[in-house]
Amino acid sequence: MASAVARPLSFWRGIFYLLLGTGLVLTVIRFTQGLGAVTNLSDRYPWGLWIGFDLLCGVGLAAGGFVITAAVYIFHIERLRPIARPALLTAFLGYLLVMVALMFDLGRPWNIWHPMVMWNPTSVMFEVAWCVMLYSTVLALEFSGMVFEKFRWKRAAKVQKILTIPLVILGVMLSTLHQSSLGTMYLIVPGKLHALWYSPMLPILFFVSAVSVGLAMVIVESKLSSRAFGRGLEMPILTEVGRVLVGALGLYGFMRIFDLFNRGMLGEAFTFSYESSMFLVEFGLGVILPMVILASSRRRASEKWLYAGSLFAVMGFVVNRMNVSMTGFEGAQGGHYIPSWAEVMITLMLVAVGFAAFSWIVNNFPVYPEEAKEPEVATREPAGVPEAETTAPWERVLIER
Amino acid sequence: MEAAQQRAILFDLTRCSGCGKCVEACMQKQGFEGDPSKVKDMSATAYCSLNTVSNPEDSDDEYTYRDLCRHCVEPSCVSVCPVGALDKTELGPVVYDADKCMGCRYCMTACPFNVPRYEWDSPVPTVRKCDMCFDLQSKGEDTACATACSYGATICGTREELLEEARSRIEEDPDDYYPHIYGEHEVGGTSVLFLSPFPVEELGFDPKLGTDPMPVYTWRVLEKIPGVAITAGATMCALWWLTNRRNAVRDHEAREKIQAKAAKAAKKNGSNHEENGHG
Ligand code: SF4
Ligand code: SF4
Repeated sequence: MASAVARPLSFWRGIFYLLLGTGLVLTVIRFTQGLGAVTNLSDRYPWGLWIGFDLLCGVGLAAGGFVITAAVYIFHIERLRPIARPALLTAFLGYLLVMVALMFDLGRPWNIWHPMVMWNPTSVMFEVAWCVMLYSTVLALEFSGMVFEKFRWKRAAKVQKILTIPLVILGVMLSTLHQSSLGTMYLIVPGKLHALWYSPMLPILFFVSAVSVGLAMVIVESKLSSRAFGRGLEMPILTEVGRVLVGALGLYGFMRIFDLFNRGMLGEAFTFSYESSMFLVEFGLGVILPMVILASSRRRASEKWLYAGSLFAVMGFVVNRMNVSMTGFEGAQGGHYIPSWAEVMITLMLVAVGFAAFSWIVNNFPVYPEEAKEPEVATREPAGVPEAETTAPWERVLIER
Repeated sequence: MEAAQQRAILFDLTRCSGCGKCVEACMQKQGFEGDPSKVKDMSATAYCSLNTVSNPEDSDDEYTYRDLCRHCVEPSCVSVCPVGALDKTELGPVVYDADKCMGCRYCMTACPFNVPRYEWDSPVPTVRKCDMCFDLQSKGEDTACATACSYGATICGTREELLEEARSRIEEDPDDYYPHIYGEHEVGGTSVLFLSPFPVEELGFDPKLGTDPMPVYTWRVLEKIPGVAITAGATMCALWWLTNRRNAVRDHEAREKIQAKAAKAAKKNGSNHEENGHG
């Protein structure tokens, strides 16, 4: 048993340290030699992977947090409650990572606080900056409930509980604003962004796609953590989420096609040019395929199919954001932007750290309902530490079961 | 100050000899090293460049044009900068303050003419672009490039004066010019104006861009934000109350039903008892 567990463990541990080590070296280079030393960014492509993936996808994939908390606390859909906390945690970590990624991407990260005092309300970026700051605070406060519970700070927990509803409402408002604002950011480049992606509807499309990918992420993340922590899946709940996901994808797909048709660009989508192919990948992978898979209630009830459908939706979403931020610019800007391996490595390092943090928090705080009942006796007894405890907690998330 | 009274530059392709004196003067003024004749594109150490463009009807008929920041009347870069590091001065030039800048490079993405350049190889990078010799012009002097040009291809003045001059040049030699002042209306107007013998898209005046100032595209959405935020918040509050109430009513009804059932059952039992008792 022990050796069977140990092998994949050391494998993933190796990968983690490799990513961390390389990432840290690259970090030093980045901050001592400038962005040019590690990235493929240029005057033609001032924004690359760190904006396209780390920021746009990071924020989008964290949308599950506000969608599920809204469903539970605002719509009072009680059966979703068991997945509210993990979704919240994912969102919280997602935003923290987005901020760390921004520290890498900003040329002068030590000025990151400037939007607080130097206002420019005509700037979408200014609005995004404020929303990210405020929403991260809201998420921290929402998450604090788990901390209070763990340390049994009854009074604080009580206050936090009273604040839950206002916090959730605030969270929904802020998320609505900045999920769409990430799309608004691109409205200023009608001459640069390819017509398959540039649309006056970008803000709405960004919002609706974020809601659906938020749902998909909840399913993906439940599946991953059920594997890592050896928990059962809340299949009836997730099947329900899958059903809503089909609806959300349907709405998004309809809006996307309607928008293309409206602007006379539907034909453009099938010319099989570079842009058209990328659009077809994005739409086929992220909208059509998951809808086909999840349309059948039998497949929705199957763990494998549900996971596959959601995973495709997430992948399509990522391709969409990369298209908006990179592919769509290549026609007007000339040449190609391909991220450097260092940009990729630093991104992977951040993702790995995110997994590690998630796992550590799940092991130490009452994120999942069952664990809420377990007292911390086990950790107080140094003698006879169970086998699992000898491995770093983040590793457990990576263990193949 | 009205845009008409702001300082501006007029560049006339028909008069440019391609001598490169403007680029040289610019680099000297900014203290940039390097060979001015080799500058083919703007860079962090060259704020303007000279390029050639040929007549679409006769490819041997070549002209030189200058590329530089257009100092737009309503600049995208100024509107998108989250910290106000870029500023459209009263005087006209669009200037940059590195101490405010956080290096997000949204200005570079947003500029419709691909003007701002970045110091990619510096750990303390700044955005680099032409500032229309703000220091000189504040003292009432012409820009370095205009002073250096001996052909009248680059001249400096108020936007109004230069539009006037451009119109009269077209009027006097209608055969030499395509009757259009590039930058008069494009993207809401720019403070660097161009005259050309033929239509030129190379100048970055993409006809697709139209005459709306670019910041309008985002502002149309941004101005709706307070409304959207309030609506979203109010809707959430209403839904919270509604579903809460619905659940409460449902629970209440369920409870009543159970109670009623219990009462009925009790009654039935009771009457049974009675019957039994009597029987
Ligand atoms: S040309 Fe570009 S950099 Fe210059 S003022 Fe206009 S938007 Fe700003
Ligand atoms: S890079 Fe600097 S100047 Fe440009 S938009 Fe960002 S903060 Fe403003």
